[in-house]
Amino acid sequence: MKGEVFEVKSLVSHKMETGLRKNKKTGKKIPRDIINKFSVTYGGKEVFGADWHPAVSANPYTSFFVKASKSGPVVLKWTDDAGKVTEKTVKIKVSG
Amino acid sequence: MKKQIQGILIGAAVAVGVSGFAGVADAGKMVYEAGDRKSGYTYATKATQSIQDDDLANPAYLWVDEGDALWNKIDGKAGKSCASCHGGKVVRLNDVGARYPVYNAKLGKMQSLEQRINQERKEKMGAKPYKWESKQMLSMTAYIRNLSKGKPMNVSIDGPVIPFFAKGKAFYEKKRGQLDMSCKICHEDNAGNMIRANLLSEGQSNGFPVYRLKWQKPGSIHRRFRGCNKQVRAKPYGYGSDEYVNLELYVAWRGRGLSVETPAVRN
Repeated sequence: MKGEVFEVKSLVSHKMETGLRKNKKTGKKIPRDIINKFSVTYGGKEVFGADWHPAVSANPYTSFFVKASKSGPVVLKWTDDAGKVTEKTVKIKVSG
Repeated sequence: MKKQIQGILIGAAVAVGVSGFAGVADAGKMVYEAGDRKSGYTYATKATQSIQDDDLANPAYLWVDEGDALWNKIDGKAGKSCASCHGGKVVRLNDVGARYPVYNAKLGKMQSLEQRINQERKEKMGAKPYKWESKQMLSMTAYIRNLSKGKPMNVSIDGPVIPFFAKGKAFYEKKRGQLDMSCKICHEDNAGNMIRANLLSEGQSNGFPVYRLKWQKPGSIHRRFRGCNKQVRAKPYGYGSDEYVNLELYVAWRGRGLSVETPAVRN
């Protein structure tokens, strides 16, 4: 329904390497590799965005609320330090 | 381990729902206390419980989903997947999580779910075995045991199982390591008390493979056994060793009647 508030829940698989751990055998630092940016657009407009830092856990879970305005895709986008982008699109149909 | 490190952004599971919609529908049916036995769930903090209560928030479901994909994936020389024989819906396997480990007459000993999966892979599929703590094995065991979620733990301890049950019980009660402690001292005699900053649970196995926040991934019960053994400064046994499979049987019996919670979330 138009104007209704709905919850978006998202879970993404990522090791979220902090860059502070050392390889036990070689003693070398394991380079940081975390998702540093999470952004969500709804109908082309950004509705949720976050810059993440090393304290975020592995396999991060995020949930937030969005008000239904019009039918359109919700695009969730995770970008990590290696530049890898994971995208997921969910189509939203708004009635009334 | 290496696989896990390389496997960045393996998949994204996304769920969208109207507020109030969540995977908590079956929470009411779960049995967290049976007789004098309490699931580790009851010892967890509210915050940890809430992650487990919502299937969409429980990160272990990424592994369950992966297990579902592996179930249907053709592998090995025979050109078969698990689903080729067992069907897509796995109706016959929906109590496996509650009754393993079981006695295997051919081997003449107890067999855990992990060992059974690898036996099937070798004999029926002609595929390479999964490593015990690999992503594939954890995904597969999490998927299969998740099919039994809500069913009461119910391992058989009769007939040919009797001597193995006795061995498992003896292992559980035997003091070991530099600290000279048995499983029983912590998880039976002192369950509910603090050990330094940690609350001791009864050490129930009904949620395994369990997503441990400390591990940041799921782990098998044998990994947990090894961790406990190391903490009392004893030499741990190997993954899939007879000692641990017998112990797994005894621990599963201790939790009889508790709902299978796989994949549970613990601290």
